This record gives sequence, structure tokens and C-alpha cells, in this order.
Amino acid sequence: MSSLQSLDLRRRSATTTPPPGQREAVEVAKLIDVSRCIGCKACQAACLEWNDLREEVGINVGVYDNPHDLTENTWTLMRFTEIDVDGRFEWLIRKDGCMHCDDPGCLKACPAPGAIVQYKNGIVDFISENCIGCGYCVKGCPFNIPRISKKDSKAYKCTLCSDRVAVGQAPACAKVCPTQAISFGTKKDMIAWADKRIADLKERGYKSAGLYDPPGVGGTHVMYVLKHVDRPEIYAGLPKDPKISPLVDLWKGITKPLALAGVGLAALVGFFHYVTHGPNEVQEEDEEAAAKTRRNSAE
Amino acid sequence: MADKTTIFDRYTSGARLNHWINAILMICLALSGMALFHPSLFFLTGLFGGGPTARIVHPWIGVLAMCSFLGLFIRFWRYNLWGKDDSAWMRNIKHVVNNDESKVPEAGKYNAGQKLVFWLMSILTVLLLTSGLAMWDSQFGEYTSIEQKRLAVVVHAASAVLLIIVVITHIYAAIWIRGTIRGMTRGSVTGGWAWRHHRKWLREEVGKTK
Amino acid sequence: MTNLWADIKNTDLVVIMGGNAAEAHPCGFKWVTEAKHYRKAKLIVVDPRFTRSAAMSDLFIQIRPGTDIAFLGGVIKYLLDNDKIQKEYVGNYTNAAYIIRGDFKFEDGLFSGYDEAKRDYNRASWEYELSEDGFVKSDPSLQDPRCVYQLMKTHYSRYTPEMVERITGAPKDKFLEACKLIAETSAVDKVMTSMYALGWTQHSKGSQNIRTMAMIQLLLGNIGVAGGGMNALRGHSNIQGLTDIGLMSNLIPGYLTLANDREPDYATYMKTRGFKPLRPGQTSYWQNYDKFFVSFAKAMWGDAATKDNDWAYDWLPKIDVVYDVLRAFELMHQGKMTGYFCQGFNPLMSFPNRRKLQAALEKLKFLVVMDPLATETSEFWQDHGEHNPADPAKIQTEVFRLPTTVFAEENGSLINSGRWLQWHFKGAEPPGEALPDIDIMARLYAKLRELYQKDGGALPDPLLKLTWDYENPLAPQPEELARELNGKALVDVPDPRDPARMILRKGQQLSGFGEYRNDGMTMGGCWLYAGSWTEAGNQMARRDNTDPGGLGLTPRWAWSWPANRRIMYNRASCDLNGKPYNPAKKQIWWDGEKWTGYDVPDFVITSKPEAGVGPFIMNPEGSARLFTRGMLRDGPFPEHYEPFEAPVPNPLHPKVNANPVARVFKNDLEQFGKASDFPYVATTYRLTEHFHFWSKHTRINAALQPQEFIELGEELAKEKGIASGDLIEVRSNRGRVKAVAVVTKRIKALKIDGKTVHTVGIPLHWGFTGETKKGFGCNQLTPYVGDANIETPEYKAFLVDVKKLGTTAA
Repeated sequence: MSSLQSLDLRRRSATTTPPPGQREAVEVAKLIDVSRCIGCKACQAACLEWNDLREEVGINVGVYDNPHDLTENTWTLMRFTEIDVDGRFEWLIRKDGCMHCDDPGCLKACPAPGAIVQYKNGIVDFISENCIGCGYCVKGCPFNIPRISKKDSKAYKCTLCSDRVAVGQAPACAKVCPTQAISFGTKKDMIAWADKRIADLKERGYKSAGLYDPPGVGGTHVMYVLKHVDRPEIYAGLPKDPKISPLVDLWKGITKPLALAGVGLAALVGFFHYVTHGPNEVQEEDEEAAAKTRRNSAE
Repeated sequence: MADKTTIFDRYTSGARLNHWINAILMICLALSGMALFHPSLFFLTGLFGGGPTARIVHPWIGVLAMCSFLGLFIRFWRYNLWGKDDSAWMRNIKHVVNNDESKVPEAGKYNAGQKLVFWLMSILTVLLLTSGLAMWDSQFGEYTSIEQKRLAVVVHAASAVLLIIVVITHIYAAIWIRGTIRGMTRGSVTGGWAWRHHRKWLREEVGKTK
Repeated sequence: MTNLWADIKNTDLVVIMGGNAAEAHPCGFKWVTEAKHYRKAKLIVVDPRFTRSAAMSDLFIQIRPGTDIAFLGGVIKYLLDNDKIQKEYVGNYTNAAYIIRGDFKFEDGLFSGYDEAKRDYNRASWEYELSEDGFVKSDPSLQDPRCVYQLMKTHYSRYTPEMVERITGAPKDKFLEACKLIAETSAVDKVMTSMYALGWTQHSKGSQNIRTMAMIQLLLGNIGVAGGGMNALRGHSNIQGLTDIGLMSNLIPGYLTLANDREPDYATYMKTRGFKPLRPGQTSYWQNYDKFFVSFAKAMWGDAATKDNDWAYDWLPKIDVVYDVLRAFELMHQGKMTGYFCQGFNPLMSFPNRRKLQAALEKLKFLVVMDPLATETSEFWQDHGEHNPADPAKIQTEVFRLPTTVFAEENGSLINSGRWLQWHFKGAEPPGEALPDIDIMARLYAKLRELYQKDGGALPDPLLKLTWDYENPLAPQPEELARELNGKALVDVPDPRDPARMILRKGQQLSGFGEYRNDGMTMGGCWLYAGSWTEAGNQMARRDNTDPGGLGLTPRWAWSWPANRRIMYNRASCDLNGKPYNPAKKQIWWDGEKWTGYDVPDFVITSKPEAGVGPFIMNPEGSARLFTRGMLRDGPFPEHYEPFEAPVPNPLHPKVNANPVARVFKNDLEQFGKASDFPYVATTYRLTEHFHFWSKHTRINAALQPQEFIELGEELAKEKGIASGDLIEVRSNRGRVKAVAVVTKRIKALKIDGKTVHTVGIPLHWGFTGETKKGFGCNQLTPYVGDANIETPEYKAFLVDVKKLGTTAA
């Protein structure tokens, strides 16, 4: 969303040369402790407030989730699931939004140089003025997060409040969370805090409590403390082992240089053939033979 | 010598226009497509007014190109039906590459290589069309799942690259086989050209004028 | 709250019942999550629905709406049967040992003294047995069959776990699990907190719901203790201030009561108020009532209030009946009240039986609405189709809408549930013609005074002689009013022991209510607020969060009534010798010479422990009341009565089904529906996304919960063929609501007395103004019946029927 902050880049979409890399930065993370989240949607409201977004007033379709999905305005959304887990009824409430993967699929898929960047602190940000609106980020994302605006055809998603973080503030959602279910700090500190929370949950009988920091995408800079980390999919479809799709890997990985090489090779083969064999030119006897054929036929 | 040269009509003006419209559209598609395919070619979007416009026009050019290709297909498909001779021609293609066509069966309007180009183009075009529609989010975004779109982009990219290689072959062949290009520019070829490369076709043409 | 928000972090067990703190008080609920994490506290939620609070709980128990007393009565029985009470506390600090009069009885659902015609009790028998010296008789061994302890034991002997399950639907094993957790906090180093809100008050026995838990907390020794207490979570910003300042039809500031028409003079009025101690040596702080009253009168009328005119006693209204809002609308409906000022609330949406409210407003000559928003009340005359059918041509009520500022557009104090007066500063200019409420009222007053001066009137003095010495009489400043509420010396006040020495100079701000006087030398608008604006300045604006003792008391942050005391009755946190029961959580203690500690002692600080003064100094007996004497109209012990609309007869006493003294107007008796016509129990509530009928006016909140919906359990939905998202109609005997169905696993069907009972949940936020989709409002459905003591309408338990209207809810 934002223009470049005072944050250094680690990666830049569709850019083959590395960004300046001398300065060090501490990796940050947002920890969402689902066991402390009451689903009040203050984070959702704060996100709209801080980012000057306004969501349409929709309708109720029979659930608490409103709007019903992430949109170009709603970058974070509370998702509610009613479920019996091990004989105990639970109302699972998960704050959905960009996970800020360490290996971001959106960035990998993006064809527009600098439309998606990853700062050194780990935040993945969309630089909207560079966005061409192709929607490749949607295809690259293992969590189904980016949304393309109908108004300006740009892609939007949570920025982890990179503008706030750049000036030493926590993201707006973390700031307003009344129960401190959302915390923000260095990734190391967040993992340490998560460990304490997990210990508390285990004491309360949630044996499979754990941290959701999926290695398939290199870990994320938004992590969850889940009571049932062995079954993340019960939390409104949080993927169990998210990875960048092999199709995206194929398309954005080896295919690209191979394809260019193939095209170049085709041209070269032609050229070398020409150099070695020369043109295939029509000879005088060909013309004569043709003329003769016509004459014969005319007779 | 000029008096010895006979001239045969090969393409009508309609067919030539159709071909060149298609060629221009294909080049535009290739340029805009490659621009979005590889970062080092992103600069090509400048030809189309920048990234967003390149993204917007590419599929529309694609739609036009499909229409024009359909015209070509209708015009030429029956000349590209595969025959026994084509297989024999294919088996002996190395002689053709070595500029020696005497060792392959006489070719009709199109030789087996050209037919192969035709069918490859047709198949790849269909693949490009379907995969292109599946990933055309601004128009048909809701009709496909993300997984389908992912498959579509891979198919689209692979088909496009293959098509480009086919097109390069097509262009090179036209350059290499001298006298070919005038067929698509002026609509006619010399009898010698026909004798040398499409003798069977020459005989048919001569037969017609009897 | 007896305690404060931050103190919830000190608890070992949170019981949320009669409220939904996570939903309605998310910021305060933070302290629950703190207690859970840092103290390993457990959370029990008892509610008719699996709420957002329940989602955070260790134990959730679903009960039928309106059966809280049955559940809690069962807990009392469990505690007494298993001797899980804090015995020393109960024996010394409550009235458990006191002997009750021999003619007090409870039979077949009625206490002694019931008068069916009046729907009221003669409460004379609900009283202590006094000895000749005027003090209460007591049996410290708790063996006397007439002592409170024994009577209580007998009273709750009927509340067996089986009976609890039969009435509430709570499975016996789960109920006992809750009892066990609760009972653990009878240990001196364990404490439980009770968090409740309108889920307890909005019943025909609301006060008794709360009292039952208060009794449990007393039995466990959890009152006056950090991490304990009875914590009422107030539903509006500053609603605590509203009650403190006496914005009730029967109160004057500081919980002083308005005189009634049987009290023609000041002496009679005072006779029933300045309570004499009922046990030897007790403080009985209300003995100071006259000081508070006289200082209030001096604040009102200054020099015009003198000893000779009984401190202007005659100028205060004398009430014949309580003119609460239900009665106000009843009078409007009867055509007896023809003008109405509606300031800062939205009665058309807030009070029960919408149809009656609308008819009442239509009969008014004029209606003045002072509000920052275009409320439904101010537009009651507009036709909004099925959401508010009206024929403006036929409505003659003249409506004046006076736009007011919101809190952020003015300086002032807000008082939170924890009794903190926190000063806030203006953050923005008000829009358009909006004015502070104070300015509007000042202008009205100026106009009225002018009219009285010109034309005279029946009783002009109270108005004409009102003290109005503000710098700008048309715009008194919040600072001026705050200083007036605190009180000041009107003259130099001499030291009674040495008249030559002045303890207060004329004009000096008082430092506490201890300086209030009954001789007219001091004035103060609200004795409870004395100390909030002293000579040292505005104490409410303090922002020093130092926390000596580490309990989160932060005594230098803002200011807390009374006397900046953070935890009330904190003397009860110490044993008889003045030593903290739990040394790990010291609040105050006797240091050998005086009471001292991290909090302001709720005690005379020089009163030696051996003097035996009880910690509940406001009560004449010095102890807390398990037996509440005649203080509540519906009984000295809480008893389970069914809601006025209930799906089953009261299993305890079918003949006395509902609260026999609850407030019902004659004409409203036929409004009640029968279980045969309306088989489902309904309850109403707030959602976290909205604040009452305000936040639907803002786009963001509107988008978060855009449309009226009704929650149904899966079993009921299946029975009725209803799917989530369907359009349904819910009807009561009073009206109907059309809304989207939210089918949920969070409401289960209950087995009540052998019968399957379904609960329907109705959130309340949608009306016909604002940004959301238009809605009906739950008060189309709710019955016009009020609590026996505080007249709060029964919004939490009534009967409805449900019908599917269509498959899509567009």
C-alpha cells in the first residue's frame, strides 16, 4: 500500500539484482494468541481507521463474520467457527489477514518490479503505485489473502502497518486489541512469549497447543498461538502445511530462464543453420522445369 | 531469364491481410506477454504505455488474435491434413535441412513441416485461449478457483513459449527458403519456387489452368 | 464495582454470570486474561448462550434465562453443606449469627407479611430480634435455629443439585464442578470475583440475582478483598456517574433518597435515615446523613437554605410513587404526562413494549430530545414502513431536537465501573449547532427563571433562589460544577476543641466528606465526590500510575470515590487483629497505632482492632447482611421466582410462580403470553460490534454488524426448517421482529422439568436511523414488567414463537 518507508529491503518483486544490504534489521512479528481473542473486531475497525478504508455496509448471511470475506478494504477479518473438539464445544475465533511469509508467494509471483517488497524486518508490503493489477499475487499466496480492488485494479492486503512500524509503533490492530491477544515485537520475543502462552494452555488441558509458524513458507511474521496446532484447518481453514504452490514454483522458478533460453536457442539454431547451410534459393533450372511443366500442360 | 519465369498465385489478398494482422497481433502478444513473464523483459511494457496498460491490453489483443487466427484456420485447415507422404517427408527431414529436397516426397501446398507448424499453432492457441480466460481476473475472476488459475498460468506460459519457438521456426523458414516471403507479401510465387518446394502443388495448379 | 477493573488480575477464579464481559466490556475483560495468564486463574461462564466470554472460559454452563437464583441458591447449599465457607469471616463480619424475629417465616414461596391486594409485603417481621439495650441479639455459635445462618441453611436446603438441574437445565455434574471451583475460594489465600451486568439486573427479580451472589461472596470471605468483590460492569460510559449523582427519580446525589409524601418535615425525614448503631460501638456511617443532606441543600440554595427553613427541605419534591421511566411512559400513555424531556437516551428503542411507547409519545404535546445523534425517539413520528409504522399527519406532538456535544467535545469527568472519576479534555470542536448539555440546561433555566420572575407561579422559590453563581450563567463550566460537587467551606470553620483555631477558611475546597457539616458552614453537591477537587486541585486529572503494593490500586491515578478508596470494605481483608488474611496480597493493616496500607482504609483509621468495630461501616450493625432485613421489597433471602413469562411452572412453588411484588401496571397484565402460544424462551443482549443504538450511526461499526439477526439453536432450527441466513419472524404477545436467522451450536436445547426448552437470542442494536440496514428492535417483543426494587424491565427472559418467512434475507 505504502510508498517506501525508512525500511531497508530484503527482496523486491520482479527484480533480479539484490537490494542494498549493508544495514542490519531485526526481524519483527505479530503474534495472534487465539486463546485470548474474544472476536471483538476492534482490530478490524482499527485497521479501517488507520488505513483510511471504509467497508460497505453489507448484509447478515447467518454468521458473525462481517464482511464475509477479506476485501480490498478489509485487510483483516475475524472468522468464527463453531466446532466440537475432542468432545468439548469451542467457538474458535481467528483473525485472518496477511501472514507476512518469510518466503512470500505473492512476491515470487509478482511480475511488476517493486510492486511487492519484503523489508529486512520481514514485513511484506505492496507498493501500490508499482502494482499493475495482474492478480498474480493472489495466485502466489498460499493463504488466499490479496484482493484486487474493483476501483483501481490494484492489489491490497495487510501492510503490518509498515508505516507505523517504520516509526517505532506497533500495528494498529495490536495497539487496540483489548485483551492483548495481538502482540507485536521482535520475532524472537514473540516466540518466547508464545512459549509461555502455550505452557499455560497445556496446563489447562489443551495438549496440542502450539505455535503456528509454518516452515513451508520459511516461517511467518504473523504467527498464531493455537489450542490445536495439530489441526489448524479447524480455524476457518488455516492451511495445515502451507507452501507456495508447486505450480507457482514451476512457473516462477526454473521455467523462466529455461523458456528464455529456449526462445534464444530457437533463434540461434536458425541463425547457425543459415550460416552453415545458407539460404535455400530457387535455381534457374527450377524455373525452367516449372515453365516446362506449364507448357506441357497447356498442350 | 525473366521470360522463363512463371508466376503462380498462392495467397489471396484476404488471406495475406489476415496473416499479417495475425502476425502483428502475435508480436504484440509476445512482447506484452514476455514483459510480464520475465522481470528482465518488463521494460517491454513501455511499448504499451506501462505495466498496467500492458496488463490491460494483453488479453484484449489475445481476443483479437484468436479471432484472426480462427480466420486463418478456416482458410487453411484442409490444406494441412496429414497424408502418407507427410510422414515420409518427416522421416527424411534431415535432407530438407541440408537444402536437398530431392530425397523427400513432393510436397503439396504445404509440406509436413509447415503442417506441423500449423497444427502446433492451432493447439497452442486453444491452450492459450482457455488458460488466458481462466486467468483473466478483471473479466472472469469469479469463475475459476485460485488452484485453477495457478494451473492456467503455467499452461499459458508454457504454451506461449512453445508458440514463440514455433513462430521463430516459421519466420526462419520463410527467410531461409528464399522466395517464400513474396507469397505472403505479393500473394504469388515463382514457378521455380513451387517446383523446388511444392512440386505436387505446382502440378495441381498447372492442372487447374488446363 | 466494590473493587476496580485492574484488580480483576488479582483473582483466582472469575465467575461471569449475568453478563458477558468479553462482549460488552472487552477492555475490562483484559484483566480476566491477565488473571488467567499470570495467576493461572480459572474462568467460569454461566449464561443462556455460549458467549464470547464463554469462548474464553475453562467451564461453561448453559442455563435457562431467568434461573440464576436457582443456580446460585444451589451453590449456597453446596457451600453450607460442605462447610466450604470462610468461617472466621462469616462469623465476625456478617450477620450470620444474628437472631431473627420469631414471626419471620417463609412458606409456599411467600415470606411473612404478604398482602396480595397491594402486591406488597409488610416487612416488619423481616427484622433482627433486639435485646433491651436496643442491640441485635446474636449467637456466635451459629446454632440457634433462629439465627441467620440456620435460617439460610433451611431456606436453601430445597436447592439440591437435582432441583438446580430441573429448574436451570444445567447438568448436575457440571453444576457440581462449578460448585467445587467456587468452594475452593473459601480458603483465605484464594479469591473469586463476580463480574455481572444487565444479565442479572434486567429481570423481575434483578436485585435478588445480584444479592444471591453477594451472599456467596460473603460466605467465601471474598468481599473487601483484592481479586474479589461484586463487580457490576456498567453498560454506558459514565452510567456510574449517573447513579452517583442521583439522576434517578427517587434519589438526590450521593445515594441520598428523596423524601416521600409521608415525610412532611425534615425531622420526620431524618428519623428513618440517620441510622443508630445496631451493635455496640459500630460506626454506622449513615449517622452523618444530615451533614451530607445539609451540605447538599447549601449547594442548591446557599444562604436561602437555613436551619430555620429546615435547610429548604420543603423545596425538594416529595414523591408519592417512584417516577421511573416505565411509569413516565405509563402516565404519557394515560394522557397524564403531556411534555417530555429526553436527554441522552433513546427510550423508543430502550424500553419495553415498543407499541405502547409509540402510542405514549403520540399523546404528548411536546417532546424535547437532547442528543448528539438523530435518535429513533426524535423521529418516532416518521413512517418507516414495518420498522416504524406511523402516520405523521395524525401525530400532533411537537418535537424539538437539540443537538448536544459528545464527551470528546467537552472537558469533564467520566466515572467508570470501578468508581474512578477520570477527568478528560476536549479533543474537538462540536459540529454545527451542537452545545454541551450544560449550556442547553443553563439557557432553559435562565428562561424559566425569567418567566417565574415575570409571572410568578405556584412555588417559585426553589427555582428563583437556586444558587447560580457561575462566571457565565448561560454556560457553567465543567470545572465550576466539579468544584461545587466536591464542596467548600462557606465561612471560616472553627475547630470544635479550640474555637479560636480555624480548621477551614471561607471558600476553601473541602478535602473529604469528613469535613461536611450539618450546621450550614459547608456546602457540597455530592458528598461521595468530596476529595475529588481539593485545594490541591483537580484530583480527577491525576495521571501518576505508581502502584505501591503491586495490586494495581494506583492510588495517584485519577480519583476514586469514596475518599479515593480503591477497594471498598477493605477492612474485611484483615482478620480481627488487623492482620491481612492473605499476606501475599496486603491491602491495608493495623500497624499498632493506626490503619495504614496501599489503599485508603475503609475504616476509622484510629479505631483499634480490639474495639471490635465491624468492617461494614455503612451498616448500623457493622457487618454485612446475609439476611437483608426489610431492605429489599421481595424478601430478605433471594428466592427463585420464574420470569413473568416462563415455559414451565415454578418447580419450587407452582402457586407463587413469579415474583409476587414485581412491578406490573394493571393494564399490562394481559400483555403476558402463555407458553402454549409462545413456547420458546427469549433473551436479549448487546454485541461487541455495537454500542446500543449509537454506533450504528458510524460506518465502520455498521459494516461490522450490518443487519438485525436472531440466534437459534440447531435443534430448534431443524424443527422449524430454518437455515442460517433465512428470514424469520419472532413474535411475542406484544409485537414481532423480522430478522435474519443465525443458526448456532452455541445455544442448546435444555431439559427443564422434563420438558425440552429452546432459547432464542435477540441482539438489540438495530433501529430505523443510522448506517445499518433498518431493523425492528427487540423492544417490540419485551414485556412491560419491572424489578420489584429498581424497576428495571425484564428484558432477559420472556416467551416468543418463531416462524420461517423465506429462504433469503435480502
